[in-house]
Amino acid sequence: MKKLTSLKKAISDYVANGDTVYAAGFTHLIPFAAGHEMIRQSKRDLVLARATPDLIYDQMVAAGCARKVIFSYMGNPGVGSLRIVRSEIQAGRLEWEEYSHFGMISRLQAGASGLPFMPMNQTGATHLEAVNSNIQRVQDPFTKQDVIVVPALNPDVAIVHVQRADKDGNAHLWGIIGEQKEAAFAAKHVILTAEEIVDESVIRSDPNRTIIPGFIVDAVCHVPYACHPSYAQGYYDRDNSFYLEWDKISSSIDNVRAWLDEWVYAVPDHQIYWDKLGKQTHQRLEVKPRPSHPINYGDY
Amino acid sequence: MTDLTFTPAELMIVNAARLLQDGDVVFVGVGQPNLACNLAKRTHAPDLVMIYEAGVIGAEPSRLPLSIGDPTLVSGALSVVSMYDIFATYLQRGNVDVGFLGGAQIDRYGNINATIIGGDYAHPKVRLPGSGGAQEIAAWANRCYIMTPHQIRRFPEKVDFLTSAGYLDGKGGREKAGLRGKGPVAVVTDLGILEPDADGELMLTALHPTKTADQAIQNTGWPLKISQNLRTTQPLTEKELQILHEELDPTGIYLKTE
Repeated sequence: MKKLTSLKKAISDYVANGDTVYAAGFTHLIPFAAGHEMIRQSKRDLVLARATPDLIYDQMVAAGCARKVIFSYMGNPGVGSLRIVRSEIQAGRLEWEEYSHFGMISRLQAGASGLPFMPMNQTGATHLEAVNSNIQRVQDPFTKQDVIVVPALNPDVAIVHVQRADKDGNAHLWGIIGEQKEAAFAAKHVILTAEEIVDESVIRSDPNRTIIPGFIVDAVCHVPYACHPSYAQGYYDRDNSFYLEWDKISSSIDNVRAWLDEWVYAVPDHQIYWDKLGKQTHQRLEVKPRPSHPINYGDY
Repeated sequence: MTDLTFTPAELMIVNAARLLQDGDVVFVGVGQPNLACNLAKRTHAPDLVMIYEAGVIGAEPSRLPLSIGDPTLVSGALSVVSMYDIFATYLQRGNVDVGFLGGAQIDRYGNINATIIGGDYAHPKVRLPGSGGAQEIAAWANRCYIMTPHQIRRFPEKVDFLTSAGYLDGKGGREKAGLRGKGPVAVVTDLGILEPDADGELMLTALHPTKTADQAIQNTGWPLKISQNLRTTQPLTEKELQILHEELDPTGIYLKTE
């Protein structure tokens, strides 16, 4: 089966209205290009799950894509409030379901492992348990102590951005690896976007770095700079000034609409978005190389 | 002594840094805790191991990290693991000595609220970011430090929402709840330091130079007890401020904030 396809086709084929979507990446490798494509395709009633909704979900919520968010930290990382998600929740227009980071990631870990739930030690902070019926206590049959359990999260679609993949979706990623692997294994469908599409021999040269195997991947899309304003370790830096700017843009719904019009709806694909950012931004986000010391797998 | 000028943030950061011991494994947050840890590492605790919840172990950031997942944390680190691993094998397993916490509200027993202001979770008056990793850090790090400006709205008698456990309802609360760590052993404010008494109630144990116990009492939402052994913290040194200004946060992003 040919998996290499355009992001437009991948989103069209694998994301349906009403789906639970997990766009993976803890601050790093956030798949903004896919988020923008879902906005352009007017996806509706999505349940958007991410440990940190980040700007990608703030933008999707602003564009009317979401019915509900599932999260564990709802802020603009390093800046402050995540204004759109926050105001929609406060206004009662957006459903939400909330965990701690470990609770959220444990749900994915259960989903990725084919388990019905995952146990966690108690934290004593019982208020979240009281308001989220997905956080339950059961007695450990061995010690007779209470443990906290959370149910598996199996998203309809996971979207994962990686530094490099082959055309079958065997993927290398490095730097902060957050919850990409868990999201991919937990989901029913996996859309992969990649900075580079490389030959299978490149993947096979460093098998320990293959976090996601191609056979769980449905679509592979070559989308360089897909993470802007997030980043790809070794490829480009995080655009912190955009994260700061979004704090201003998102304080006015008119400004958000104007931004979406200019940077998402009027932009047919991510390459044009990247070009539109301009040379100065490209140069500002450039990163000097710092290669790892090579390892020797041995020629057996 | 020369008259050094400094911001309330700098006062808290330096005092928090001094609480760290060489060799501590610290779960670091971005912003002021990051500055405190990096300051400690450059002064009295060169073997401090900094862990970030994004999964980075032994980070040695060469520039000021502006988010919890800044790439500068990764380059040159000892190890990078998944989020599940950092919370399970490092924190839950008991491999973290110190956690740094903050929040919108800290109460009499050191419990923290970072979730909502107001009593109605379903219809929040003000929605805050939520737990992130704080719920587990507060429960499972061997000991925790809280940094917060000393303001009455931040120190209510009881938190609106229990995001992270301090001493819960007081004496024996953590043991009953089955928590492994010692809890918030110090709260560093811009007036002084609060520490739990035998019942887990936060009391004033130290004042920064020129600050008064009355200021602390006025800015605390419960009848604040004053330790019989109330100390005065050591003045900030030129060297500490120089490291903060010249090496760690040259543009004052976190040093100038409250």
